[in-house]
Amino acid sequence: MAATVGPVAGGPTAASDWGFLFYRIRKSPLTVLGILMILTVLVFVAFAPWLATHDPNAINLKVRLAAPSGAHWFGTDEVGRDLYSRVVFGGRLSVGVGFFVVVIAGGVGAVVGCLSGIIGGRVDTVLMRIMDVVLSVPALVVIMALAAALGPSLFNAMLAMAIVRIPFYVRLARGQALVIREMPYVKGAIIFGASDWQVLRWHVSRNAMPPLIVQATLDLGGAILMASALSFIGLGAQQPTAEWGAMVSTGRNFILDQWWYSAFPGFAILFTATGFNLLGDGVRDLLDPRQKRR
Amino acid sequence: MTHSPLLVLDGVTVRFPVGMDWLGRPTAHVHALNGVDIAVETGEVLGVVGESGCGKSTLANVLTRLVKPTAGSLAWTAGARQRLQIVFQDPQSSLDPRLPVWRIITEPVFLRERRTVADLKRLAGDLAEQVGLRREQVRRYPHEFSGGQRQRIAIARALSAQPDVIVLDEPTSALDVSVQAQILNLLADLRRAGGLTYILISHNISVVRHFCDRIAVMYLGQIVELGPVADVLARPRHPYTRLLLDSVPAIGRPLDMGVPIVDTELPSNRRLPAGCFFRDRCPFVVDGCERPQSLAPFAGPTADNHLARCHRAVDLAEDIA
Amino acid sequence: MTDPSRAVLEIRDLTLRFPTYRGAVHAVNGASIRVNAGESVGIVGESGSAKSVTSLMAMRLLPEGGFEVMGGSVALCGRDILTASEKEMVKIRGRDVAMIFQEPLTALNPTRRIGQQMLEVIRLHRDLSAREARDLAIRLLGDMRIADPEQVLRRYPFELSGGMRQRVLIGLAFSCEPKLIVADEATTALDVTVQRQVLHLLRAKATLLGTAILFITHDLAVASQFCDRLYVMYAGAVVEEGPTAAVLGAPAHPYTQALLNALPERVAPGELLRSVAGSVPDLTVELSGCPFAPRCAQASAVCERRPALIPTGSDGHRAACWLAARVVQ
Repeated sequence: MAATVGPVAGGPTAASDWGFLFYRIRKSPLTVLGILMILTVLVFVAFAPWLATHDPNAINLKVRLAAPSGAHWFGTDEVGRDLYSRVVFGGRLSVGVGFFVVVIAGGVGAVVGCLSGIIGGRVDTVLMRIMDVVLSVPALVVIMALAAALGPSLFNAMLAMAIVRIPFYVRLARGQALVIREMPYVKGAIIFGASDWQVLRWHVSRNAMPPLIVQATLDLGGAILMASALSFIGLGAQQPTAEWGAMVSTGRNFILDQWWYSAFPGFAILFTATGFNLLGDGVRDLLDPRQKRR
Repeated sequence: MTHSPLLVLDGVTVRFPVGMDWLGRPTAHVHALNGVDIAVETGEVLGVVGESGCGKSTLANVLTRLVKPTAGSLAWTAGARQRLQIVFQDPQSSLDPRLPVWRIITEPVFLRERRTVADLKRLAGDLAEQVGLRREQVRRYPHEFSGGQRQRIAIARALSAQPDVIVLDEPTSALDVSVQAQILNLLADLRRAGGLTYILISHNISVVRHFCDRIAVMYLGQIVELGPVADVLARPRHPYTRLLLDSVPAIGRPLDMGVPIVDTELPSNRRLPAGCFFRDRCPFVVDGCERPQSLAPFAGPTADNHLARCHRAVDLAEDIA
Repeated sequence: MTDPSRAVLEIRDLTLRFPTYRGAVHAVNGASIRVNAGESVGIVGESGSAKSVTSLMAMRLLPEGGFEVMGGSVALCGRDILTASEKEMVKIRGRDVAMIFQEPLTALNPTRRIGQQMLEVIRLHRDLSAREARDLAIRLLGDMRIADPEQVLRRYPFELSGGMRQRVLIGLAFSCEPKLIVADEATTALDVTVQRQVLHLLRAKATLLGTAILFITHDLAVASQFCDRLYVMYAGAVVEEGPTAAVLGAPAHPYTQALLNALPERVAPGELLRSVAGSVPDLTVELSGCPFAPRCAQASAVCERRPALIPTGSDGHRAACWLAARVVQ
């Protein structure tokens, strides 16, 4: 009987892998900054009812277009609603939209892309050509078309944005699947009797995730910006919904004398999008396989 | 040795299309295997040696059914259970880095049967102990193990399906010498205990000499020499085998000893040479070599189980040290 | 002709540490390597022995900031490598010392033709016109017995076989007639027949130009064929050194002996191979005592003190083992 061997000397255990992760994160100040920014935003999103000072929809014509003060930290809008509270609650919509778009696009894209890569052949070709069609039309045109067809609303804008992002994830996932399916552990799985679905479920899905996660994190910032932009041009959230882009848009009319109306929601957009972008860059560096081991 | 073939390859030929013209038809083919005939005996360790392009990887793919032969057949003898497993060369990429070891070891079982997680973990623990790992370690992930330990995991995985034949594709090439010794000892133990048959694919002649009963030397998709290991390595009959053996470095043996160092390259397997494939590089070429050679026994004491694909096998007989 | 008075590479007592998450890894622990002009010297060892890292120091090819020098010196043709500026290093690399890596596919840029890559390197280090550089490249390829060198210059790396790529790289390594070539597992990825060819060419050319070669390998047989002198490394330290025949024929250090004993050819076919129990020591802990002691069958209390290299026999054969002094020829 061969001699029993123990674990490799000094090898990391599952617990210390987290410690290693934090060590690497600490080394990148920008990533830390991004994480802090996101956490701030998420705190406001989660605890909006407790952190807001007023009801965001409460009209108070006596304090219309008031400048920032002790009572109204960000000032008020043209019907006297507290802008600070509207920005705080608006965060829920914006971040919600971002996550919705990324989760739907990423989820659908990952499954379709991985399956396409594994199955190959005609199925793959057909799926890729469909994706090419979606990609060939400019995103904004698709969104506007859908908004025109279904009526302008935040939900329709979200749906349109998700659909337009799907091909990017499909391509990424397919590329990963093509590489992973050549790996010996996948060939082994096929030899052991795995079906295409089992290969996807157990091997390809997990190993294909890293670039998809990176893309998703980066997209979050972009999705939030896009949602705001759509609301700005009137295709997304409609009045009286408190949404950052919509507020910036309405604030245009008052920008000369009441700068706070557009500035604060605009700053909120900037802050959130930047935070997600920094996080996305950091995630990409962390998941870079070349830097994996120490 | 009693003659009881387990798995018979008959004229196995594999051709891959390569390059496409505008109509989608292949412009050329890679001829990976060109007529492999061999019967694997029950309980033996068969070594397959050769260099790049000889077709040994394709042979492994044919044995594991990842690739279907373009011509010829692969048949198990009647009554055999037909269970064949494989251990790959690279311990890094042959285990899914995102699955825990117990799941990796029991994958062949998991994919075919419905078993509870507790059951699988227990099975994994049993197999881990059989290959010299500790039971508790099956909860961990592959990157926490050394190369030698990962190969043990791969061996445990192959065993979980209770195979009759295990194809070992360069199992120790990526390991240090001392670890290689441990793994080879383990494989020998397992074979004795389980009555397994091994097909060992390797470019390392000393491993083959130590571990195998028979050896098949491959060149450009054909077996050019086949026979008992001791016999073939001591008295090689095919000129390619001689070139190969002379090129293998050995301690204390100077670089220029043996067959003169030739500058020719392996011919491409897209366009197979006519007649004997080794003709261009053979120092003993004569008339008659332009005809295709067959793998035949030659006259001599070990004639019927030592075959060589060369019509000059008898005249070129010369013992090497 | 080897010239023991002129050391092309002199690494003295080098101690290197790599800072990592789990603490510093004491990768190299007081290693001394010397290569004289025209010699071919081998470093053998298994994974974790630091053989590659030590030789990469000859060109200081380790990532800046990734390592700390805790002691020792590295001198190339008398010039101190550890304190040289990066600008000076760029001039030295390729001209005074060249390197051949294990994997020819990744050492060559797959998107550029061979000729372009060779000319770029040649003209970087030598003052030649494009025409002259091209002629030199053709001559170098010819020396490596590559048929039709003009054709090869026009090809891309993927069109060549592994053996040919390695020969191109060796030819390129010789282009500036360096004093030292470091070959890190240069033939490990090649077939044996090609390996034999390549080793033959490498040795012939090196002898012709008087170039010294530092040959790193885990394959003792290849080392025995190619190297005049040998260093055996374990856990970042040199445990045995000397003329190849002496080291491999009459190994004085238990690790070298164990390494040789583990070879399949040392045992009758079918018998159990003699493996070494245990595993490589944890290098995050600083070395105290003999690194091999935990695995050594002949260890005793005296091994708690780390042995220096003790002469055993004549002509420079030394082993870092207290038992070495008692080993007779």
